[in-house]
This record gives sequence, structure tokens and C-alpha cells, in this order.
Amino acid sequence: MKQIAFVSGKGGTGKSTLVSSLSILVKDKMLADCDVDAPNLHILINGDIIKQEDYLGAKEAVIDPSVCIECGLCKSTCRFDAISEKLEILPMMCEGCGACVIVCPVKAISLEEVKTGQTYVAKTERGTFSHALLDIGAEGSGKLVTEVRKNVHNYKNDEKWVLIDGSPGIGCVVIASITGADAVVAVSEPTLSGLSDLKRVLSVAQHFQIPAFVCINKYDLNTDITKQIEEYCIVNDFPVIGKIPFDPTIVKALQQFKTPIEAGNEIVTEEIRKIWEQIMCRVEENWTINKTKRRYL
Amino acid sequence: MKIAVLSGKGGTGKTTVSASLALSIGKCQYVDCDVEEPNGWVFLRPEIKNTIPVNVLVPEADALKCNGCGDCGKACQFHAIAVVKGKVLVFPEICHHCGACLIACPQEAIREVNRETGVIEINEDNTFLQGRLNIGEPISIPIIRELKKRLRNDVPVILDCSPGASCTVVQSVGGCDYCILVTEPTPFGLHDLKIAVQLIKNMEIPFGVVVNKASQDNQSVQEFCKQNQIEILLEIPYSQEIAQAYSKGILPVEHNGDWKSKFEELYQKVERGARK
Repeated sequence: MKQIAFVSGKGGTGKSTLVSSLSILVKDKMLADCDVDAPNLHILINGDIIKQEDYLGAKEAVIDPSVCIECGLCKSTCRFDAISEKLEILPMMCEGCGACVIVCPVKAISLEEVKTGQTYVAKTERGTFSHALLDIGAEGSGKLVTEVRKNVHNYKNDEKWVLIDGSPGIGCVVIASITGADAVVAVSEPTLSGLSDLKRVLSVAQHFQIPAFVCINKYDLNTDITKQIEEYCIVNDFPVIGKIPFDPTIVKALQQFKTPIEAGNEIVTEEIRKIWEQIMCRVEENWTINKTKRRYL
Repeated sequence: MKIAVLSGKGGTGKTTVSASLALSIGKCQYVDCDVEEPNGWVFLRPEIKNTIPVNVLVPEADALKCNGCGDCGKACQFHAIAVVKGKVLVFPEICHHCGACLIACPQEAIREVNRETGVIEINEDNTFLQGRLNIGEPISIPIIRELKKRLRNDVPVILDCSPGASCTVVQSVGGCDYCILVTEPTPFGLHDLKIAVQLIKNMEIPFGVVVNKASQDNQSVQEFCKQNQIEILLEIPYSQEIAQAYSKGILPVEHNGDWKSKFEELYQKVERGARK
């Protein structure tokens, strides 16, 4: 099973639109939405939820006031300002590290597991779909992503591919989404901010030694910057595997909960089809090269 | 006055709104809290005068003092330290810098050393401040915390937050007087707006909404706001011209006085909203 993670650095460049389109074109695959604090893929993909579970992804300190002697040691130890003047735990700030538990002289503090989100596995016409929703403002988004990917593993049925919809950024959620993936596809847009963010997310893929390809969405919005992206990719050895034109009908279709493919946009459909062919060839090729390397090493 | 700009969904126009506001209201401080992918500099073009490394404390064990008891590993909730074959192994990237292992060690064999996970950058007159997380680092909270130590009290402060609704956004928004939620009229934008609204309601901060790429055809965001009695502060219509200028790092307020006065009005609404 090959895992392809779609990321972007910058938000709103079209990850979910591309992944939902591919969910129609690609056969024999599973889907995972790893953008756990703002998941969107489930909006376009209907299915029957076959498993729904609370995820206990963090711990939180709890002070037993009947035992507490109000020495304040916990407050001075906490590095996250999570204990108030009145010696109450501030749940939004508590990281669940347990330093206060160790330091409390009368054992008045304990760590309790807290729910940080919900995981879902759905059967859909387009394959088994694993997703999650982080509780509002919760900790541990990276761990929840890992849980989404575990569910892929638990519910797989000899599928050939997993399409992973990632999140914006380069931090814990993105790292948890791409770790162990066979390839990263960075969806970019030709804007100065898009280019800046693309470079950072590609560096992350490189840092973790995952092959990365680039797809330029709305490429005709600014052809100069598209050229800059292409040049950057050539110099740094990231293949550009597709360019999708700007088309207002894509947004119109989305407003009716449709992918560009369902809306019958032929030019975009053809380009996305080509992008998938490129991904398939390159992933297989990388795999063969690695296998050959292994043989000779 | 501290104003946080957030969105839930990425790419809806947080930076457009925060940077436009910064250019429209006279002297203020713009703070880019999206330390994973900071973009405000593209539009505000500051001259960075000061780069300050952000260090976190990670444990290091003194092999001579360590007796391999493993208490540090038991104390660590993040699996960032472990004793394997009598030797202490530290995984610095996933360390949360809490100091629990240090307290737990009965031999006082652990000390903490500095490790750089990012930088903060400041311009000459301290009107621009941004954080940047180093490549490969997962945890951005310490950088946001450093930024927030440097917020000014003598001028309005605009905090440009990261997308999503997780702990980084909570860290950025905490202590602010008002939140501007930026969204776009798509099912994705609306879905994530609802998450952001819930977050800000939980934090009990006054807020209002800016609809970016607004169109007459889709009033879903406006309907949602009306039903929930949320003030719409500003609508920025979808325009190819704005999108093209944006791609080059140019904001509408830079060459259009009308937009500047619209953002001045936005600021007045924010001031009124924060006082309520």
C-alpha cells in the first residue's frame, strides 16, 4: 500500500479540492483527512460511519482541594502558566506534563486522561475513509493525526493507495501527516506568499527524506511567479507534476458541494488525471530505484 | 488594544486583513503568530533589525551521576526521554520542555541545555514582529510565547494567527481584546468558521466576522452570522484584480483610498466591539 500525502504550506491553495477530485478518479484506494483541526474532506464525501470513537489524546492535571495545603509549589514549577493564583488548573494552558504531580509534597495532584477529539471511519462509494475532529482548542493534534493513520492501517483491505489530505503549516500536524508516506504532493499557488510557504514545506519533506512533487493550482493567476516556482523546483529537484488553471467554476461547484469533476469541468478533470498518472509513475519508479539500490548495496 | 485575526480554514485572507489593517490605522504593531508559515512580511516589507533565537530547554544526562533507574522516562508524558540498556536517550524534537524529568531524577543527573527551535525577528521601530519555526521542528508554542512577551502597550497590536483551531491558535489569541474571524463563502470556509466561533466563544473574547471573496450568489456566511447574532465587520468582494495584486504582495489599501477608509471603519467597529 502506497501512501500519498497532500500538503501545501499555505492554506487554501486547493489540497482538499484536489484530493476530493482524486477520490473519484483513483480506484482501489483509501482516504484519510489529517487536517484534524479544520477537516473539510467529509463535507464532499458522503458515507456510512462504521466506527466512531472518542480519542483520549492528552492528560490534564487535577488538584484535589481537600488534600492541597496551598504551598504553591505546583504553580512555581509549572512552565506553562497553567496554574492560577488561586491554585486552579487552567485546562487550556495545561500540557499534561505532570511536573506539578511530581513536585506536590502531599500528592494532591493527579493526571487524568482527557478527550481531545473524535475519530471516524466511514465506508463510502469512493473507499474507506478515516478522519477525525479535534476538540475545540485541544492539545495533541499531531497524536490525533497518528490515530487517523492507524485507523487506515486497521481498516485496510488490500487497497493499493492511501490519499492523505494534510493541513497547512510545517509543524506537528504536517510532520505527523507525512511521516512514513511514500510521497508528498505539495499543492501551491503562484503568489509570493504561496511560494515562500511552498519552499518551507518542501524543506520539511526533504528533511524527512520523503520524495516530494509539486502541483501549481491557479497557475495562470500570475505566470511570472509560476515560472519562479518552476525554476525553484528544477534547481532543487522537485518535479512539477501538474498545473491547474484558474477557473471560477471550481468555486461555484464547491459551493454546491461538488468537485470540479462532478461539475463536468473537462479541462480541470484532464489535468488532474495527468497529475495522478505522474504520481503513479514516479512513486512506482522511486520504489523500483530504491529496490535496485537495495539490491546493489 | 490587542486584536487577533484568525480563520479556522487556511487561505481565507487572515494576512490580507491583518496587514491591511496595519497599513490603515497609523502607528501600530503587527505580530505574525503564524510561525510555521509567516507571510505578513511579503506585504509589509519590513527591514528586520533584530533576530533573536528562541531556545527551549531540553534535558541532558550526566552519565557519571546517572544510575539508570529510569525515573526520568516514567515521569515524561511525551516519551521524549528513556533509559535503554542503562543509558539515557533524549529525543529533543518531541520534548515539551516541562522539566518533569529534571525534578524526577533522584541522582540530580539531569541538567537542561538550550536548543534553538526558531527565531523571532523585529524591525527598527518595533512595529513589525514575526516568529519563524525551524524546519523539521514540530512545536511552535515556545516561539509564540516569546512573541507575546514583546507585545506593545502604547499602540494597537494586530496578531496574525495560524490556521486551524488547535493549541497554537489558543496561545496566540489568549489575552486579546477582540478577535476578527476571516472567512470565505464556501462550504469549507463556513464549516471551519463555525469551529473558530466556538473556540472564541469558549475563550469569552468579543469577535466579529470579515467575509473575504464575498459574492452575491452565496450568502451562507451572512445567514449563519445573522442567525447567531454575529456582527459582520466587512465584506471584501471577490475580484480578479485583488487576487492578482495579492499574488505580487500588493494589498488593495496601498493604491486605493476607498479600501483604506473601509479598514479604518473596520478598526472603529473593532474598538466599539471590544468595549461592549
